[in-house]
Amino acid sequence: MVNKPPAPEQSKEQGPSQDADQEPLLQIRAVIKKFGDFTAVNDVNLDIHKGELFCLLGGSGCGKTTLLRMLAGFEAPSSGKIIIDGKDMSDVPPYERPTNMMFQNYALFPHMSVEKNISFGLQQDGFSKSEISDRIDDILRLVELRDYKKRRPQQLSGGQRQRVALARALVKEPKLLLLDEPLGALDKKLREQTQFELMNIQDKVGVTFVVVTHDQEEAMTLSTRIAVMDKGKFVQIGTPTEIYEFPENRFIADFIGSANIFEGKVIETSVNHLRIKTEIGDFDVEHNIEVSKGSHVYIGLRPEKIHLSKQAPEKKTENQTLGVIDDIGYLGNTSRYKVRLESGRIIDVTAPNQVRPKNRTHHITWEDNVYIHWDASSSMLLNK
Amino acid sequence: MTDIGVFKVIPPRIRLAWTRFAGSIQSSWKTLVIWTPFFWLLIFFLAPFFIVAKISLAELVIASPPFSNMVQWVDGSVVTIRLVFDNFIYIFEDPLYARTYVNSLKIASISTVFCLLVGYPVAYGIIRSGPVAKPLLLFAIILPFWTSFLLRVYAWMGLLADQGTINSLLISLGLIETPIQMLYTEFAVYVGIVYTYLPFMILPLYANMEKLDSTLNEAAADLGSGPINTFFKITLPLTAPGIIAGSLLVFIPATGEYVIPDLLGGGNVQMIGRLLYNEFARNVDWPVASAVAIVLLLLLVLPMAVYQHYQAKSSEDT
Ligand SMILES: Nc1ncnc2c1ncn2[C@@H]1O[C@H](COP(=O)(O)OP(=O)(O)O)[C@@H](O)[C@H]1O
Ligand SMILES: [Mg+2]
Repeated sequence: MVNKPPAPEQSKEQGPSQDADQEPLLQIRAVIKKFGDFTAVNDVNLDIHKGELFCLLGGSGCGKTTLLRMLAGFEAPSSGKIIIDGKDMSDVPPYERPTNMMFQNYALFPHMSVEKNISFGLQQDGFSKSEISDRIDDILRLVELRDYKKRRPQQLSGGQRQRVALARALVKEPKLLLLDEPLGALDKKLREQTQFELMNIQDKVGVTFVVVTHDQEEAMTLSTRIAVMDKGKFVQIGTPTEIYEFPENRFIADFIGSANIFEGKVIETSVNHLRIKTEIGDFDVEHNIEVSKGSHVYIGLRPEKIHLSKQAPEKKTENQTLGVIDDIGYLGNTSRYKVRLESGRIIDVTAPNQVRPKNRTHHITWEDNVYIHWDASSSMLLNK
Repeated sequence: MTDIGVFKVIPPRIRLAWTRFAGSIQSSWKTLVIWTPFFWLLIFFLAPFFIVAKISLAELVIASPPFSNMVQWVDGSVVTIRLVFDNFIYIFEDPLYARTYVNSLKIASISTVFCLLVGYPVAYGIIRSGPVAKPLLLFAIILPFWTSFLLRVYAWMGLLADQGTINSLLISLGLIETPIQMLYTEFAVYVGIVYTYLPFMILPLYANMEKLDSTLNEAAADLGSGPINTFFKITLPLTAPGIIAGSLLVFIPATGEYVIPDLLGGGNVQMIGRLLYNEFARNVDWPVASAVAIVLLLLLVLPMAVYQHYQAKSSEDT
């Protein structure tokens, strides 16, 4: 009982080549990693195609780094297989893998200049001196660090170190670039700027990226596809839109963005509508899957998909209920309202502040009686 | 922030006086902290050095103490300062001294290299060992210090002697028929020095390697570098400070070592420590003994000063 995106062409326009006939660049097959009794990565399966910018998203300790380290070859899977570019990586040491990693703490060599750090990897591949210096010039231009060639890592700012680490991993033009929380150490503004830089760079060099992050906004901005991890397992894999608009279960709906979640029972089924009885009333939900009458379901409702008005909505058929404004959080561009229903249940609603309020009062204010209403297609059917 | 509340009720004049008082305590405390090591070094290192240097420039006389005064009053009004360089000239002219210096430096260098060859893998192994084994291994390194150094050297005599443990074992196994002479050879001196000074190599190396970030090795492997290349390009340069510290801690005392060459080398191995002892205790020639010590000091300090100078220069360059 999973609700799939209704329009399959939607995922087409998203990522680059995800042609089924092309062999995936990275194939993870039933990979398990145990540390003693503790299972850090639990039966993970994944295909990543060439040119993707793939995000592993999950809370701290869910096994993201462990999975990435298995791809780089620093940890061996307890069972399962990792195949990169058609080659089984089981017996391939890190220094022979076609991957490069950007470490969470950057791991720059402190006794080498920026230039030497970057050339280290190229020297291992036996490039000529002139080729190495050409490549270093190119990559330093890309990350805008040409004036810092001779500096030691200790003499650079956090943002500059991060770019050196990126350059060092990129310069070898790996088939697969692994980035562990690459922007974690940066402040918000710099992080956002670097996110777009990363996307530009990925666009230019065409390397396949696997990025680990715990920041859902970062994952949404960066990636062509996201795998959401929890307790060592993949909970859902999909494009940012799929994950946000069609979460499979309550965990995802709550983890990515926020959602009002109601428990309910199916009381009517029709071709593409369900009528569901919940604690706050009966509602219509649009769907495109088989759900039998009487079954137990959850529906999720994103705060920004709920309309708020003092007047009764014109469309009488729309899902609606009455409530009282309990609290307002003014965020500038939007406001977040807490609406108390008759049952006592609080519903989160966000609405854009499209008009500039005079005398700092909103047209909707504390203790106002309001209608909340939403389209049948806006509510998300969740399992579990 | 809480201070603001306090200061509000105190009149500004008192506040200022208090700030000055606190500031002066703080700065005199700082002065004290900075000068304490200087005083220590002055009293226990620099002063003895100058005393020895002074004796080395004196003349042997039959007196107590057995050397001439540097500063003398002549006719109760004129001060004369007599510097006698004879002792140094004597040391440079008698080839025995040059040979002994060279031999000491040679034995100390070779011992240092062996300590490094043994100590480096040991320190690395301790770093890599598990959380249970690590403190035990470290403890084992320090354990010999709990028994007397002299006792341990005597134990080596027992092991290395012609009728000693090692020879008896080899004979009883039928590997040799007559004992191999080990005691009273240079070999025994090497064994003794390497054994004694090994912890002084291992501990600084351990302290240095402890700080080493293991992800650097992973980063090197990730960039295509095999284990051997990673060792020479990453681990070795980053542990250089530990290697230098350990080597100095072994090399310097080993050069002037007296007990080990005396007990394990017998009369067959001449090292500067024994020569110094002979001059001082047997010949009761304090001025020559002092000159021997000063030359040794210069031999050890000059290369280090040069090294320091270039080290400071090269770190300025980058
Ligand atoms: N070498 C290890 N030994 C034991 N447990 C480990 C080891 N590495 C990671 N773990 C455990 O595995 C879990 C996942 O860790 P990690 O992959 O680093 O999580 P994250 O998603 O935050 O990157 C954590 O609970 C961590 O304690
Ligand atoms: Mg991590």
